[in-house]
Amino acid sequence: MTYLSNIVRSPGDPKVISSGASSLGTADRLARALGWFSIGLGLMELIAPHRITRALGMEGQESLIRAYGAREIGSGILSLSIDKQVGLWSRVAGDGLDVATVMPAMRDDNPKRDNASLALAMLLGVTALDVIAAQSVTSRHSRSSRQWREYSDRSGFPRGLEATRGAAKDFQLPPDMRAAPVLAAVSDQPAQERARSH
Amino acid sequence: MRALVWHGKEDIRCDRVSDPGIEEPRDAIVKITSCAICGSDLHLFHNLIPAMLPGDIMGHEFMGEVVEVGPGVNGKLKKGERIVVPFTIFCGECEQCRRGNFSVCERTNRSRKLAEKAFGHTTAGLFGYTHLTGGYPGGQAEYVRVPYADTTHIKVPDSLTDEQVLFLGDIFPTGWQAAAQCDIEPTDTVAIWGCGPVGQMAIRSAILLGARQVIAIDCIPERLSMAEAGGAITINFEEESVIERLNELTDNKGPEKCIDCIGMESHVSMAQPDTIYDRAKQMLMMENDRPHVLREMIYVIRPAGTISIPGVYSGFSDKIPMGQAMNKGLTWKMGQTHVKRWTDDLTRRIKDGEIDPSFVITHTVGLDDGPEMYKVFRDKQDSCIKVVLKPGQEVTLQ
Repeated sequence: MTYLSNIVRSPGDPKVISSGASSLGTADRLARALGWFSIGLGLMELIAPHRITRALGMEGQESLIRAYGAREIGSGILSLSIDKQVGLWSRVAGDGLDVATVMPAMRDDNPKRDNASLALAMLLGVTALDVIAAQSVTSRHSRSSRQWREYSDRSGFPRGLEATRGAAKDFQLPPDMRAAPVLAAVSDQPAQERARSH
Repeated sequence: MRALVWHGKEDIRCDRVSDPGIEEPRDAIVKITSCAICGSDLHLFHNLIPAMLPGDIMGHEFMGEVVEVGPGVNGKLKKGERIVVPFTIFCGECEQCRRGNFSVCERTNRSRKLAEKAFGHTTAGLFGYTHLTGGYPGGQAEYVRVPYADTTHIKVPDSLTDEQVLFLGDIFPTGWQAAAQCDIEPTDTVAIWGCGPVGQMAIRSAILLGARQVIAIDCIPERLSMAEAGGAITINFEEESVIERLNELTDNKGPEKCIDCIGMESHVSMAQPDTIYDRAKQMLMMENDRPHVLREMIYVIRPAGTISIPGVYSGFSDKIPMGQAMNKGLTWKMGQTHVKRWTDDLTRRIKDGEIDPSFVITHTVGLDDGPEMYKVFRDKQDSCIKVVLKPGQEVTLQ
């Protein structure tokens, strides 16, 4: 993209020669990948729930799969946003629901039991990835609410606060910058008379 | 040269890029000695401002030494001079510039047609910002091309350090204009939402301009402690009701003047359900801004009061209570800062020792550490309030 966007730049503008370290960490990239995965899976669940239920021997649960699809898309959008922690933890919670939903398909009389086993194994793998991503992203982006520096010595006024209050009284506000005649001077004279005297 | 380059949402990299050169007669090339990460850089970091392109160089608060000038600069700037560069590029000749409205200069936005489509009329070109404002390469780099350099510069005395004058390029005049356009009277209570760098400057400006009381609102303890040091009464909105406390401090009349130093990214919290609503809509691209602060200001301000908005808004804001604003007869003053309009006066005040803006710097690092500092600043980690980058220095200074 960078090289494509260089085409529209003014000829004299600096262009990227080589890229350096990014503000995006590994955890952020993982979150992004999981976000797109979530949206892809969600779309599949919304569009083709029959294929999923048929493959797992869970016919009749198409509406539930569609609802899960909507949930996946929501989690995906959140995981791609700057609030990615929320998205990833919502994926972890969703993984729990998915596992609980697939478990009944592990029954012995299910002819698609093998598929269900494979799906369960994949679900557990993705859950592990989601937990790792959620924990890493949370730890990378959280701030310590207990440890903070006191800046009470930073007034910015070399002469001290009290000596500086109102020090800019000499400042002449340009007329066009004046606010509307806010809270005109309080007077006992009726407003209409004051208006006349001008 | 090296520069901090935007590659997408939350993806800033320290890249090697080609050097800038003189393109137009009024250009100058400046070797950057100090630059800063600004709160509005975070809107770009979050990809909330439209029309950014991968490969755009960040940074609109910077200063340095002039190393080359174009033939049209006509001696107004010489090689070796030390300048701060205002973030708004202005020609000094168009009707708006002659009125002092430099941030809406009619000639410097090279994406004029795009701006006219988006805003109705063009505004000034800005450094290191969206292509709606010209897409000029920014100053978080080793060198920068300054267009219209004969006017777009602030000469600074050698007696003052980079740290003392760097913020003349943006946050100091922005905080000053925010307070000045409130037309502060000695009887006024000025309430300021947001104690980030611009909020801190607005607090000091309101104190200098003689407000009776200045009230600062935030939820980050280190920011509140800095606000208190600057003379503000503080309100931690996670611990107390802003509305109740402001009314209590103003005999239930509300503050006469309210300043929004937050803009489009209000803090999202369960205690303020409207912020969750806004965040959800913003995420789904159904709304650009999260205007919680605007709603709160309109509600609490004294009727006939003035609202000043230096905080950046990008597009469409939802659920603004215009009925309250209209019935209360409020005056709204807003806009990007007409930097050059204020800087002669502010340079004098720094020189005279009235104020030293370097108080706000909490982190100083080399350019290579820039990408990481975007994250630290955004996540408010390590008590970070303002980051200064030193492109010429490799070592982390802290």
